[in-house]
Amino acid sequence: MSQTAAQRFLHDAAVKSADLMHREIIQRGMDSYDVAHLKGRARIKDWEAAREKCQAIKREAINHLDRYLLQFEEKVIARGGHVFWAANSEEACTYVKNLATRLGVRTVVKSKSMVTEEIQLSPVLEKAGIKVWETDLGEFIVQLREEPPYHIVTPAMHLNRGQIAKLFREKLDPAIDSDDPAYLMAAARRILRQAFFAAEMGISGANFLVADAGVIAISTNEGNGRLCTSIPRIHVVVTGIEKVIPRLEDLAVLWPVLATSGTGQGITTYGTLIGGPRRPGEVDGAEEFHVVLVDNGRSQLLADAEQREVLHCIRCGACLNICPVFRHVGGHTYGTTYPGPIGSVLTPHLNGIQEFKHLSYASSLCGACTSVCPVKIDLAHHLLQNRRNATEAGATKSSERLIFRAWRYAMLRPRMYALGGWLVRKVLRIIYGLGLAGSILDPMRVWNRYRSPVPLPSESFRARWRKDLAAN
Amino acid sequence: MKRKISLFVPCFVDQLLPEVAVDTVKVLRRIGCAVEFPEDQTCCGQPALNTGYWGDARPCAEHFVRVFKNADFVVCPSGSCVSVIRMFYPELLAHSSLREDAAALASRTFEFSEFLVKVAAVTQVGATFPHTVTYHASCHGLRELKLRDEPLQLLRQVDGLKLIEMVRSEECCGFGGTFAVKFADISAAMGTSKAESVAATGAEFVTATDPSCLMHLQGILGKRQASTRTIYLASILAQDSLAQKSSAQERP
Repeated sequence: MSQTAAQRFLHDAAVKSADLMHREIIQRGMDSYDVAHLKGRARIKDWEAAREKCQAIKREAINHLDRYLLQFEEKVIARGGHVFWAANSEEACTYVKNLATRLGVRTVVKSKSMVTEEIQLSPVLEKAGIKVWETDLGEFIVQLREEPPYHIVTPAMHLNRGQIAKLFREKLDPAIDSDDPAYLMAAARRILRQAFFAAEMGISGANFLVADAGVIAISTNEGNGRLCTSIPRIHVVVTGIEKVIPRLEDLAVLWPVLATSGTGQGITTYGTLIGGPRRPGEVDGAEEFHVVLVDNGRSQLLADAEQREVLHCIRCGACLNICPVFRHVGGHTYGTTYPGPIGSVLTPHLNGIQEFKHLSYASSLCGACTSVCPVKIDLAHHLLQNRRNATEAGATKSSERLIFRAWRYAMLRPRMYALGGWLVRKVLRIIYGLGLAGSILDPMRVWNRYRSPVPLPSESFRARWRKDLAAN
Repeated sequence: MKRKISLFVPCFVDQLLPEVAVDTVKVLRRIGCAVEFPEDQTCCGQPALNTGYWGDARPCAEHFVRVFKNADFVVCPSGSCVSVIRMFYPELLAHSSLREDAAALASRTFEFSEFLVKVAAVTQVGATFPHTVTYHASCHGLRELKLRDEPLQLLRQVDGLKLIEMVRSEECCGFGGTFAVKFADISAAMGTSKAESVAATGAEFVTATDPSCLMHLQGILGKRQASTRTIYLASILAQDSLAQKSSAQERP
């Protein structure tokens, strides 16, 4: 029998959270991120004001998504670009595949894009006989490993340089004999350079779609984004409809806030704006420029007034980085395109609450995600609302529903509550007295698997209050 | 005039950690408050709320509001339960006839350290605790109630206490209520990381504003047979030089 997503998650979480090497790699990565992030925030005079500004920009954009998207489309078309509105993954993939086939594309270079992961574009192109190269170094590494990105900003953060050297030796060149990062980077660059010049099509994502200017904005650090978008004959942008922002000047705050939250940089190394195909007299740029606007469940989320703000997300990864659950189970355990808190909030909306509700429960609700989100999405609160939605949709176990019904009955009757508490303590004391802690007869055995038993005092506080505290 | 306090004792404290509430009463009385314990109280509703059973949490919240609505001040030795009342009752009870009572009550409900520092304006409670202590910033007190420095202000005034800062003191201990059982592997891994941060300080005790974190952490530390023990903030503040001689070693 095939496993459900929830069973797979529980299994992988158990394996990963006990994997000490994994924990060490991630903890080290996160520790250096923490330092850089705090330092980056300190460079912005008023971080809270910057967050509020970004929130206001995204709120305005999302609340008037129709207007801003049409404005963006109009400008792009006026410059000779094409805009395709894809209702779902299939429509988006088919459009890109047909375009590639029609124009005789045999090689595609991609810069980093989570939306293309979401719609699973690469397998569709490969099935059509097209060679697809991931050119972001981290993406290139996970592509060689035939696994999805581990993290939305740093796709290969779960690997150390020794593992990467070994991978390169096996997949690229048996002569690779060092795990020096600069050496490994040069090895990847030699191969990717050839790909850039062979490719007829470059595919990128977009960090923002600027409505008033009609341009896409991309933030990158490796320069591969510019090569993908300027060398091949055709440039295809695949992006979510929620990426639109009203004005070019909004980038003045969004770009630094994105960089600060993503990596702790003041701004990323490259900031690229592209608004259409190469025009007469220009020395570079694609001859054809296509933007695929992907909905794929987003307008449904837009209709949910309570959780609409989830569409504010700028995919910076800050909530993943601070999340103690992410730090212990790692990105792949989620089994979703978007891992971490934002993924746990978003995935039930995109892929179904029944199958993915467990992700909203897989959180201690510590609220660290909410505290760092640069566009102030109240992620912890949305996790809670997802839980409520799951129970209201009848998606939880009937045994659990019964337990809470009984719990409620007792909580409305103080004497029954007190008696129930006394009884539970009494029974547990007997079980533990017989040395049966952790056995099948111990209702607390899951707790006791990893922890010593909770204290079981003979008297509750209310009993003690009556006996010797009330009179004082 | 004496401040009149209605003590709200979270259900798990009432049933499993009564000493926490006893010490809370001691400190509040020592600083001159009159403390009463409304015996009809049960639970704030958090277990059902956080598991998604808002339909079951709602009547429980309404019961809470009815029991406490005439209180001058409600003080509670748990930042997590206070955050439910302050931050989540407005949404949970949005369509309840007790909506306004709940909102008014929320503004008079305080976490223990918050009440001492912000309402009573007391940081020196005359406590003596000659031990090394490290502080874990419980999530809901920190992020929902924004209590970052208040508990530390109290600890710094304790005679003989040496405070040692731990790394990642603001990272969750992994308790999370039903999370600790539904996702026991993850919860325990988080608890273990926290226990390692605690151990690295070499402190004799770890304290916090939420006894639930400490109960979880005590379980993890106990399983590891670690030498550091947990102690709730009020239990430190309740120690005076007399109590020191007899009972410091016996506290949970």
